[in-house]
Amino acid sequence: MDELAEELLREILSFYRGDKRELIPILLEVQNNFGYLPKEAIGLVADFLNLSEGHIYSVASFYKRLRLLPLGKQHVTVCRGTACHIRGAPYVLREVEKVMGLKEGETSSDLEYTLDTVACVGCCALAPCLTVNGSVHGAMTIDKVKELFAASTSGGKHDQ
Amino acid sequence: MTSREYSVLACQGTGCVSGGSEQVFASLEREVARLDLEGRTQVKRTGCHGFCQQGPLVALEPYGILYCKAQPDDASEIIQSLLAQGKPMERLLYRDPVTGNPVPYYRQISFYQKQERTVLQRCGKIDPENIGDYLTTGGYQGLRKALLEMKPEQVIKEVKLSGLRGLGGAGFPAGQKWEVCARSPGEEKYVICNGDEGDPGAFQDRSVMEADPHAIIEGLTIAGYAVGARRGFVYVRAEYPLAVKRIKIAITQARKEGFLGRSILGSSFDFDVEVFEGAGAFVCGESTALVCSIEGDRGWPRPLPRPRTAEVGLWGKPTLLNNVKTFANIPIIIIHGSRWFASRGTERSKGTAIFSLTGKVANCGLIEVPMGTTLREIIYGIGGGIPGGKAFKAVQTGGPSGGCLPASLLNMTVDFDSLTAAGSMMGSGGMVVMDEDTCMVDIARYFLDFTQRESCGQCLPCRIGTKQMFDILDDITRGQGKPEDINVLLELSEAVVRTSLCALGQTAPNPVLTTIRYFRDEYEAHINEKRCPTGVCQALLKAVTD
Repeated sequence: MDELAEELLREILSFYRGDKRELIPILLEVQNNFGYLPKEAIGLVADFLNLSEGHIYSVASFYKRLRLLPLGKQHVTVCRGTACHIRGAPYVLREVEKVMGLKEGETSSDLEYTLDTVACVGCCALAPCLTVNGSVHGAMTIDKVKELFAASTSGGKHDQ
Repeated sequence: MTSREYSVLACQGTGCVSGGSEQVFASLEREVARLDLEGRTQVKRTGCHGFCQQGPLVALEPYGILYCKAQPDDASEIIQSLLAQGKPMERLLYRDPVTGNPVPYYRQISFYQKQERTVLQRCGKIDPENIGDYLTTGGYQGLRKALLEMKPEQVIKEVKLSGLRGLGGAGFPAGQKWEVCARSPGEEKYVICNGDEGDPGAFQDRSVMEADPHAIIEGLTIAGYAVGARRGFVYVRAEYPLAVKRIKIAITQARKEGFLGRSILGSSFDFDVEVFEGAGAFVCGESTALVCSIEGDRGWPRPLPRPRTAEVGLWGKPTLLNNVKTFANIPIIIIHGSRWFASRGTERSKGTAIFSLTGKVANCGLIEVPMGTTLREIIYGIGGGIPGGKAFKAVQTGGPSGGCLPASLLNMTVDFDSLTAAGSMMGSGGMVVMDEDTCMVDIARYFLDFTQRESCGQCLPCRIGTKQMFDILDDITRGQGKPEDINVLLELSEAVVRTSLCALGQTAPNPVLTTIRYFRDEYEAHINEKRCPTGVCQALLKAVTD
């Protein structure tokens, strides 16, 4: 971790008191800034909260939103919710995997793309849906997946 | 809300935002400014109107016109229709799925017509980021009445008499829980609003948090007063950033206006609320697991026997935990009284139920109906039936803890007890409709895949049992089912239900049990004939064509 990153991390921590109850909020904030939880950050957070690194790993590995591996610049999340499932989410996921050349949970080696699934985005009336860097794309079809990724690889916008 | 002649309400719920409603709002504002109509017309951002499938939605008041699938380029025509004395523009109107005719006014759309919106009364009508809108629609009147005219015991008595049951899933009587918490000794107590809506296929808590956040804060504050807590939390699921943002804005506004903080409304009651963002664990919907996660631990439910959270909860203190919709009902009960509240619903389930109606149904969205409404009225009356001329097969309620109910139960009323008796449950309010193309074995496999992933891993029956059940279901959908599989699934289900540590495991077999109970023939076709009657299970399809 370079100096700049460590400085940012120390700045984040300066807004907290050092209570164990702040662990998850801190981890979420670190992740919002770094895209994931770097190893060095875990050490610093452990010292700051007076907890073992083991405890932090046990928490970080329990919650699905916390990630220990770097995140790609384009983060695609395919919804696996019930409404999405019965409206064809498995086909959408298969197509996304094909187009991105990644399996669920993988990040491309150049750190451009990450593909994840999520239990439910909560946009069930627009099923099946997926999100790209947090913005929701509803009523997906195989063709719309192709279109979306054609636009994204040519540097286009993701907006519908 | 507004003293101006016209209001243009642009929905800014997550669903509509995904369709570009922010740009629609901006474009409408520009158009109103261009025509110099700002003195007469207010363009307003609102929360979810509930009819997400038709979004982005724009409503014109006072006419009650609803436009669907609006785009930024439509702004000029929309404003023109407002100026033409509310003469609707046909192109953007909702079309009845049966007749195909355009329906201009939302009160005429069957989706809205047959609902009874109480908790959702403000959703889609007010700007959720503006406390003024909340105040002019009766907001914080319940808190005022509770703090200035009632003793804490009276508040609890009202909640008890109302018959309100917890709307997070289990349906435990709310007043009884409040009473336990109030009576538990200790100076320090907490109240927590559970917005960790984890059931796949449910988004009603998200919609309420996004559309009417002050109602939750008001309910939570009244609860704090009643049980003697001075701090409250709103625990929001990781995937709901907009809900987090709106609740945080609402908290800041409420503090500024004196509805939170010290000596609220001149009383001697101090109370404040903070937001806690979840980090993505379904099991944290369970009260003891949720408490662990706020404390900075893995979300592990505490083993039985243990005291109730209302007695020993967050940091070992008495903690009242209720769902978003339960708290949103509180100001209504305080204002209108328990008798009014209890006058609706059934004998043992009072008030209204809120569902996320989705799946293979013509009108998808957020709905509110009195408890005791039949499944048929919801799916056909409000939902407009099954699209594409297909036949209804099942309706799934209660998410991974619930079950799939067949057509023979369409006349069943929706309330806590009937749903449980049929093998499903109310759950937090997901209602997913399935048509003839849905494979029920695949659905059971789908839910067990979910629960075995989400099992916290502490207790063996849930950790290993759900995985075993998933493996068997997976085999069946791949054409490798064995004749004894149905019985093994039933046996495993019984063990998992009876011996799991928490509700996640205890209810996990419900999707399997109900699909076997009502759709056994589909299991048998997969196992004995290696055939998937709906063609969903690809491996079986391949086996036949090969």
